[in-house]
Amino acid sequence: MSGIVNSLYNMKHMDDLARRESPIHDIHPLIKLITTVVFITVVMSFGRYDIGRLLPFFLYPVIIVIVSDLPKAPILKRIIIIEPFIIGVGILNPLLESETFIVGGIELSKGWITFGSIFIKSLLAVTAALLLLATTGMDKIAGALRTLRVPKIFVLQLLLTYRYISVLTEEVARMLRAYSIRAPQQKGIHRSAWASFSGQLIIRTFDRAQRVYHAMCARGFTGDFNFGSVLKVNLKDNIYWVCWIIFFAAARLFDLPVLIGSMITGVFFV
Amino acid sequence: MSHHKLEIKDLHFSYPDGHKAIDGITISIGHGESVGIIGANGAGKSTLLMLLMGILFPDKGEIVVGDIPVNKKTLPFIRQRVGMVFQDPDDQLFMPTVYDDVAFGPRNYKLDEKDVEKKVLDALDKVGILHLKDRAPFKLSGGEKRAAAIATVLSMTPDILVMDEPTSALDHRARKNIMGILRSFEHTKIITSHDLDMLMEICNRIVVIKDGKVSADGTAMDVLTDSRLLDSCGLDVPLSLQNCPKCGRGKV
Repeated sequence: MSGIVNSLYNMKHMDDLARRESPIHDIHPLIKLITTVVFITVVMSFGRYDIGRLLPFFLYPVIIVIVSDLPKAPILKRIIIIEPFIIGVGILNPLLESETFIVGGIELSKGWITFGSIFIKSLLAVTAALLLLATTGMDKIAGALRTLRVPKIFVLQLLLTYRYISVLTEEVARMLRAYSIRAPQQKGIHRSAWASFSGQLIIRTFDRAQRVYHAMCARGFTGDFNFGSVLKVNLKDNIYWVCWIIFFAAARLFDLPVLIGSMITGVFFV
Repeated sequence: MSHHKLEIKDLHFSYPDGHKAIDGITISIGHGESVGIIGANGAGKSTLLMLLMGILFPDKGEIVVGDIPVNKKTLPFIRQRVGMVFQDPDDQLFMPTVYDDVAFGPRNYKLDEKDVEKKVLDALDKVGILHLKDRAPFKLSGGEKRAAAIATVLSMTPDILVMDEPTSALDHRARKNIMGILRSFEHTKIITSHDLDMLMEICNRIVVIKDGKVSADGTAMDVLTDSRLLDSCGLDVPLSLQNCPKCGRGKV
């Protein structure tokens, strides 16, 4: 039960991280959002066997973490939570691919390369999205989406889903607490109580969500979230996106590891 | 025209399951009055507040704020003029910071961000939690959350303040602090509560509701000292007026 309470606090911890101050936190939310989308698009555009060319892209999350001074553990923990799903998607590739390659005299399925490619791409995409959330906050991301003229119904859906996850988790935590103190011998919830437990949870969450919504309506909410003043994009923001776009373009157009390797070997062997 | 007065005229409301929660309530509240609405659990207090805020709509009768009737068309205006603090502050606080939560209302009325900032800081200052403006609401104590919830409403500078159980689940000091905040609000106040001692200090008028009807309406002193009336409505006289537990001597 403590696990679910902890995960509730962990989730809210992302909001805490977004309120920190750092050069990355100061960048305009719209610029960070666009940079992240471009990063993910470029990473996803590589072919299934291009593992080596993906490696320079690790520079992006590493630099963001260092400059924003984010604690590594909470970010890593969230990435690890996602990993089983990524592995689940690609794990059959080594069995399904018939082509092989030889490494150190051992013949391996090319499926291992495609699996590695899926793994690295997903890892980079998830990390970039988490870093965007941890350095910007969901409200500012939603504000940036509205600036991009994303329909308000989608933005509101995103924002309220994010907010209501905590409402749901809080209700689960309360119900589990009430259950566990009356069933101290049990681990988890007995299957005979699953139906009534989940039914209760839906009703209670719905009820609570409705109260939150009423409180919003009582303060003039009419379906459009207002995010305060719209910040202007300044020189620092422009430098940020221009630098990253140049880097992404260079890493996409040229095989940087090979290029750097040949430059180094060139220097040494000339 | 004063928006500080409120007329509830022959109000009726039933829930979809047929339960009649409000059965012909008529109350008139004037400018600057502090009215306590009391009643046993299920008497219809919270339903009445929901009707006041236009969260529910009556089957019959009407509510008029100033000279404006509460209906779907007038809701934006009504909700700007009537501020409601909900019983559970967690229902009211959902933004990442206290500042954003307090700014939520003014921003919905498309105020200039400088005006929003002024209103937010004023409201936080009034409830004494200016220093908490950048904190996450879920990290506040019960009393701080309640103060923040009140600030979210004060930032809209309402003419009428409606509060549902403002002192429930608070410790002595937090309760006193909230009572101080309520006292400092000079406009019309409508408070529902089971804390009769608090109502006796804050309100000059008490309306007793029983089974969705007004059972009594009078000055706080008259109503809260009428033990027979209170007993018939499932209530008890305020603790401060009850007999001494040691010697049994009555105060009333």
